[in-house]
Amino acid sequence: MFGDIFNAQFVASSIRVAIPLALAGLGGVFSERSGVINIGLEGMMLTGAFTAVAVTNFAQNPWVGVLAAILVGIFLGLIHAITCITFKANQIVSGVAINLFASGITIFLCWLLFGETQIMVKSSLPIWGLSIPNIGEGSTFVRSMITIFAHHSPLVYLTIIIFALSHIIIFKTPFGLRLRSVGEYPQAADTMGVNIVKMRYIAVMTSGALAGLAGSFLSLEQAHFFVKEMSGGRGFIALAAMIFGKWTPLGTAGAALLFGFGEALSIRLQGVTAVPVQFINMVPYLLAIFVLVSAIGRATPPAADGIPYEKEIG
Amino acid sequence: MKSIKKFDYYSILEKITPLIAVILALLVGAIVIMLIGENPVFVYKTLFSNAIGNRDGWGNVLFRATPLIFTGLTVAFAFRCGLFNIGGEGQMYIGTFLATWVGFTFTNLPAFVLIPLCILSAAAGGALWAAVPGILKAKTGVHEVIVTIMMNWIAASLTFFLVLKFKASPTEAMVAAGVKQMIPHTNEIAEAARLPRLYNIFKFLNIDFPSYNQVNVSFFIAIGVAVLAYYILWKTNLGYEIRAVGYSPMAAEYGGISVGKNIILAMMISGAFAGLVGTNEVMGFKYRWRQELFTGLGFNGIAVALLGKNHPLGVVLAAILFGILNYGGAIVNIFTAGRIPRELIMVLQAVIVIFVVISDEVVKRLIRQRRKVV
Amino acid sequence: MPEIALEMKNITKRFPLVVANDKVSFTVYKGEIHALVGENGAGKSTLMSILYGLYQADSGQIFINGKKVNIANPNVAINLKIGMVHQHFMLVPPLTVAENIILGMEPKKNNIFIDMEKAIKRVEELSENMGFKIDPKAKIENISVGIQQRVEIIKVLYRGAEILVMDEPTAVLTPQEVEELFEILRSLKKQGKTIIFITHKLNEVKDLSDRVTVMRRGKVVGVKNTKDTNQEEIASMMVGRKVIFEIEKKPLNLGKTALKVEKLEALSNKGLPAVKNISFEIKEGEILGFAGVEGNGQTELVEVITGLRPASSGKIFLYDKDITNYSPRSIREDKIAHIPEDRRQRGIISNYTVAENLILGNHYRSPFSKGFVLNFTAINNHANNLIKDFDIRPSDKDNLLKSLSGGNQQKVIVARELYGEPKLLIAAQPTRGLDVGSIEFVHQQILNERDKGKAILLISADLEEILSLSDRIAVIYEGEIVDVLDPKKTDEKEIGLLMTGSTTNKKLSKVK
Repeated sequence: MFGDIFNAQFVASSIRVAIPLALAGLGGVFSERSGVINIGLEGMMLTGAFTAVAVTNFAQNPWVGVLAAILVGIFLGLIHAITCITFKANQIVSGVAINLFASGITIFLCWLLFGETQIMVKSSLPIWGLSIPNIGEGSTFVRSMITIFAHHSPLVYLTIIIFALSHIIIFKTPFGLRLRSVGEYPQAADTMGVNIVKMRYIAVMTSGALAGLAGSFLSLEQAHFFVKEMSGGRGFIALAAMIFGKWTPLGTAGAALLFGFGEALSIRLQGVTAVPVQFINMVPYLLAIFVLVSAIGRATPPAADGIPYEKEIG
Repeated sequence: MKSIKKFDYYSILEKITPLIAVILALLVGAIVIMLIGENPVFVYKTLFSNAIGNRDGWGNVLFRATPLIFTGLTVAFAFRCGLFNIGGEGQMYIGTFLATWVGFTFTNLPAFVLIPLCILSAAAGGALWAAVPGILKAKTGVHEVIVTIMMNWIAASLTFFLVLKFKASPTEAMVAAGVKQMIPHTNEIAEAARLPRLYNIFKFLNIDFPSYNQVNVSFFIAIGVAVLAYYILWKTNLGYEIRAVGYSPMAAEYGGISVGKNIILAMMISGAFAGLVGTNEVMGFKYRWRQELFTGLGFNGIAVALLGKNHPLGVVLAAILFGILNYGGAIVNIFTAGRIPRELIMVLQAVIVIFVVISDEVVKRLIRQRRKVV
Repeated sequence: MPEIALEMKNITKRFPLVVANDKVSFTVYKGEIHALVGENGAGKSTLMSILYGLYQADSGQIFINGKKVNIANPNVAINLKIGMVHQHFMLVPPLTVAENIILGMEPKKNNIFIDMEKAIKRVEELSENMGFKIDPKAKIENISVGIQQRVEIIKVLYRGAEILVMDEPTAVLTPQEVEELFEILRSLKKQGKTIIFITHKLNEVKDLSDRVTVMRRGKVVGVKNTKDTNQEEIASMMVGRKVIFEIEKKPLNLGKTALKVEKLEALSNKGLPAVKNISFEIKEGEILGFAGVEGNGQTELVEVITGLRPASSGKIFLYDKDITNYSPRSIREDKIAHIPEDRRQRGIISNYTVAENLILGNHYRSPFSKGFVLNFTAINNHANNLIKDFDIRPSDKDNLLKSLSGGNQQKVIVARELYGEPKLLIAAQPTRGLDVGSIEFVHQQILNERDKGKAILLISADLEEILSLSDRIAVIYEGEIVDVLDPKKTDEKEIGLLMTGSTTNKKLSKVK
């Protein structure tokens, strides 16, 4: 049984399941590094998932769907930025509002445009990379390697590139230095002439874009349909991954893989064990709580995380 | 000596910001309705006249407002302790299931024992579920937002498991017809566990009221709980401590107030409120647990609390407003033959929340500017 | 006539509750060290924030080298070669020295990446130029306050500043560090830089400056050549009346031992030893002052005694009762009062009213509570009494604490803590950030308690305060008491040396 579960297929599916978590978690990294908590990731992801399917079906082109999901994510990021940065509203409240809005608007539009609560994807992205040799035509090792590393949706490779770029941007460029300082001590950055508002807008909108992309992967590539509330708390699990990853891109990627592994495992275990499926379904959520508890004391958030920037006193 | 305060337009403006937010949101709704190609005047007229134009409408509004009062108080109470309990959904599931289980298990008990027992079980279930994030927050500092959300999903799975375990035996008619349960549900609770519908009271008072209207005694429980929440927060030293922790945990600790204890207590009280949703949905309405009995009530409680400015009175008023929108929205949906999905109301609720937080800030700035001029 | 580097004319700036600058005119010559003095709240920092573009003046003009300028934000100020070292350091703790210095003006490689090597080299050059060494790769959170200040100065020079504004730079330094800072500033002056030095310590004005501008309540009340004036004259300009420098103290009248601390150890928030083997006693009628650079274990020591932090070992006795690791509530019940160092975070709940704040810590007890229920009659009477006794202004018990001035907030804390006849009063940084009137008031209250026979533990970073109030002075360095001194037989210099660990002469035995 062990071999049946932990094979190359399993690793590949862990990676796929991890992609939306990783992308949304990276969105969290950008936003929180700039000092803005974004629990609206869940809603941005859900809206992205819906948009990707809807636009793909209208345009008959999944790439257009992905792009639209990113744009919608940026738009929701903009709303979050306006409420939190310009209006200095409570960031968690704003995030909750975005989640409520996403739940409503996706079903609303689903009804309005399609007359149902679930829509199938009509065209998918191609698989890029090498084709997997048939059994007997290549060694098991080669087959496994291709399955794990070189036989995926283009979005998987895109995600890897995005993570590498994000690491460089955050830790090696002036933009990243400013981003980090804005989230730690905005007053200091302000006295050095860094534009706090601009930095935070860019960061929050970037997080929206990433969450939208995460949503498009979820609906287009993972589920091949859209159904209401399909994000299923992944936006929050992504935040747990971000915390476990100590607010760094690479750490978040690692934590997302861990969650992906957990979710893939729970999918695999269904029907295989005597444990009721409902308990297996709890695994990702229990894992998230467990991970959060174990991250405490190890991971410190950016010092100004969640605090609106006040320049003038009174 | 109390200084005489001048009549202050701005402090009034500050208090009515939610109203402004609601009006703005309704305007946004009107635009959306126009974009769909419907007439907003007709839609809103239909919505309000059906919701509050007659007794049946009012009954339905209060029936829908009742769970929102509970979940709104859930969010508002925890917020006063500086906590974001967005796990009302899960706490509601667990509390309601527990009450249902008590209701269909101890069927021999008389009503005067069974009803209080069911109510207490509902509260206890919610409190226990909320205690988990409370304890984790108090002991390890894990942020309650993520934990409460995770607990929602876990509660959904757990109740799903339980409803299958306690699945109602099929009725003879179902067996004869070879029909299976479509949506899993439990047996009905005992007659003695059911809360009377208000119709019965109105009948006693000789007031004309439709017998099919679902509003029930749970509404009064909700009002009672709102009063209780107010009393605890502002009239007891427990409330003093909870609010102190909410404003400044460090100062509270310095003042000999145990931050952890109050966080756990506040979460449990808040969770108990959520659990009490079961009094309306099961004890007063469905009389059994059905999977997908309610969705989103916990989350709508967040909007209710924000619109009600986290004050019990505000929560009751906001819940009634949402009751109007929900019921009226459903009627509009029927009147327009589904051309206006009732999810429009969900969208409007979110828009209201965003406008509430923004208009709060705008008013604050106005006040600040005015002070500068003086 | 010397060349004018900076001229600010008729600057007015209003905040919601005060006029911070009222038609202020301020002129600085090129190459001078110009002291800007005044009490807290006199408007010095506001004026400099306007110069640096952090605030916008409501009216008035600024001229740099004779040219009218409009400083809309710090970028403009930086381009005009104005640099500012803020009172609270503007350094990002988890970033390195070099990263902090280049922030906002990063040298680039291939137009994309930060050129870290170049940055490090430049930092080393600048520090050597001023005669000290600094590790550009060290993280700010791991270096001392004195070094952090040097980073701030380098940061300003890195941006090519010609006019340096130093906002109360000595507040956080030991006397020795102050001397070193003055050396650096004098050498900068020699290099032709213009320095504006904000302070309220008059001996520093005398030691360092060429000219001095005095502000009071948002206005300039005088400009003098330093050599033509004296401390008394500046002081009376600052506060608008003659100031009594000496505090009258009644003779010591010792009673029983009130507090006894034995071999106390405790950890910091980071889990490192912060309080190391500390033992001391305080008798009734005595003020024991703790002198030390901030961050040497004082905060943790107070927190352990008041139950806010666990002791890892050792004992604390109040009279004969062992109160080690009791809860903050039971320690309060045993009548230890505590004026906390962090007034805003610990001492008050700013969204609670004056009345509500005045019962914090006693809120659950008679007469303020009956069972679970608050007794508002008792709470309101209590508030009205204390407002009158301690002259808290404005006198409305229903005002939110955040609407009160710092001095009145502190009065609320003092009133609350002295209520109920405490046996031991712990006063940590009791006058920090207060105006002269409030300082006098707080000092008087502390001395009254001493004369009533209470034991008092005083912690202050202000050596003058320690020297004038204490009956004995314990010097704390890196979590240990390094010496206990008689205030009549010591001075700031000796304490300063001990505070920085410059002596190995640990006389722990003397403490008992």
